Amino acid sequence: MKAPLIVVGLVLALGPFALTSQSLVNFAMLTVVSAFLGQCWNIAGGFGGLTSFGHTIFFGTGAYTAAILQTRWGLNPWLALPAALVTGSLVGAAIGAAAFRAGLRGSYFALVTLAFAEVFRVLSNSLDFTRGGLGINIPLGMGAGNFQFADRRSTYAVALAFLVLATAAAAWLKRARFGARLAALRENEDAAAALGVNLVRTKTIALALSGGLTALGGVLYAQTYLYVDPAISFGVERSVEMLLVAMIGGAGTVWGPILGAIVLHIIADVSRSWIDTPGFAPMLYGVVLLVIIGLLPRGIIGIWERWRA
Amino acid sequence: MLEVSGLSKRFGGLQAVRDVALKVPPGSITALIGPNGAGKTTTFAMIAGFIRPDSGRVVLDGHDIAGRRPDQIAEAGMVRTFQITQPFAGLTVLENIRLGAFLRSADTSAATAAARAVGLRLGLGPFLDRPAAALTVAGRKRLEVARALATAPRMLLLDEVMAGLNPTEIQEIVAMIRAIRDGGVTVLLIEHIMQAVAALADDVYVLAEGALIAHGPPRAIAHDDRVIEAYLGRGAAAKLGAHA
Ligand SMILES: Nc1ncnc2c1ncn2[C@@H]1O[C@H](COP(=O)(O)OP(=O)(O)OP(=O)(O)O)[C@@H](O)[C@H]1O
Ligand SMILES: [Mg+2]
Repeated sequence: MKAPLIVVGLVLALGPFALTSQSLVNFAMLTVVSAFLGQCWNIAGGFGGLTSFGHTIFFGTGAYTAAILQTRWGLNPWLALPAALVTGSLVGAAIGAAAFRAGLRGSYFALVTLAFAEVFRVLSNSLDFTRGGLGINIPLGMGAGNFQFADRRSTYAVALAFLVLATAAAAWLKRARFGARLAALRENEDAAAALGVNLVRTKTIALALSGGLTALGGVLYAQTYLYVDPAISFGVERSVEMLLVAMIGGAGTVWGPILGAIVLHIIADVSRSWIDTPGFAPMLYGVVLLVIIGLLPRGIIGIWERWRA
Repeated sequence: MLEVSGLSKRFGGLQAVRDVALKVPPGSITALIGPNGAGKTTTFAMIAGFIRPDSGRVVLDGHDIAGRRPDQIAEAGMVRTFQITQPFAGLTVLENIRLGAFLRSADTSAATAAARAVGLRLGLGPFLDRPAAALTVAGRKRLEVARALATAPRMLLLDEVMAGLNPTEIQEIVAMIRAIRDGGVTVLLIEHIMQAVAALADDVYVLAEGALIAHGPPRAIAHDDRVIEAYLGRGAAAKLGAHA
């Protein structure tokens, strides 16, 4: 990447630390979280063509992991990060193994993930272990040692660290053999198999990796809002936002989700100041998705690539 | 190297392959020929693990590999190409070849160097950084071979890599296949172009309507009446004989 881009990136990333307006910091925090989640989706959906419509499964798994760890077992919430990495990957591996062994891909895989998210929502809504529809309140206890921040800039810092981690994973995929195999499976499964790529294993690992990272986002959510419930955790809207962010920016590219999150959040914020009807955001997402699929199949990065070529 | 016996496959009412047996000695070039729809590609697909045979054995280096997955068979050193080329369309030519090279090396720079070398050797040098989708038919056929070769196979299954090429291109690819064999790779190839088969093959198997009808060196096969009839229709052998 060229020097001016690096400078712009650093200013955008570090700028919020200098801001005093909590609403601006909040906007930055939400954008970075969204970029992070989009990047997590991108690892499976973009690089591997595993177009999940239910990625909030992993987000919700992480959120519940954090909430249950503290309220049931009294563990320190920082431990929720490694724990969520594990639970998120396990859920990803389980869904992946089942779906890919059965040969599901494309829209069938999308539907199955959507269905799994709904199963998780119904289960968390009815199980005692997750306190059903009541959700789980995390007791207030501000302090860095307790992973609860009064200052949004600290939350922003954690989100930024997550984004750097997920983007590093994406950059690694772009370079490494594993990423090459994933991309090959996305392009042509038979050809990849003929050249020695193990389809089930490669895709399952990708979904586990993506799931583990996504779950970190759920932990951060739980520690920020101190409340999780079935709809927040497993509602379809977050799944849609994750894939939208990646697709707007450019799925399967390293910087796409970051670009996509910035653009989507600016659009959403501006339009919210004009039209403040409930249900408008999902509708807007739908329109944006159609525009992307119809006009920019390779996202904003695609425009840049075409202009350079 | 490769020994196939009793291989059969039925698609619904169609017996696509019937009790096929063939033997490919190490270091040889063996050809599998036959009219359209004879079951050649289906035979390849069963050998390479893409289609599960109804019955039969596929023995590679003494191990029965029937029922194994394609990636396991590739790992074991036998790689097929596709008659209908299957490029990774969104990736560059180099990335396509590199995926093959990644089978033997996890290191990206080593795999890239190996892929570049194979690409250059197969005349794909000028196209390495272009998208695979932009290649011509001849280019795609070469890419199929290049990717397979980049896996450093001990045995190559080439399915009609000359179809759709002009005579110059065919000459080039014939020389290429000979060089591959001289490099120590055993080759089993499906081909319609008889000059190429005659120039390359040590041994030829002829398949018609799913069953083997002849087997022998190319010279003998070209004059076998059953083969001529399978290709040209009943009575053709007699007519040709009258002209000779
Ligand atoms: N997956 C399939 N399902 C049903 N029928 C099939 C399938 N694959 C091949 N066939 C049929 O099996 C027969 C053998 O096909 P195959 O592709 O093996 O022939 P081939 O010898 O490779 O012919 P060609 O020279 O045209 O490539 C054909 O009649 C074909 O239509
Ligand atoms: Mg064929």
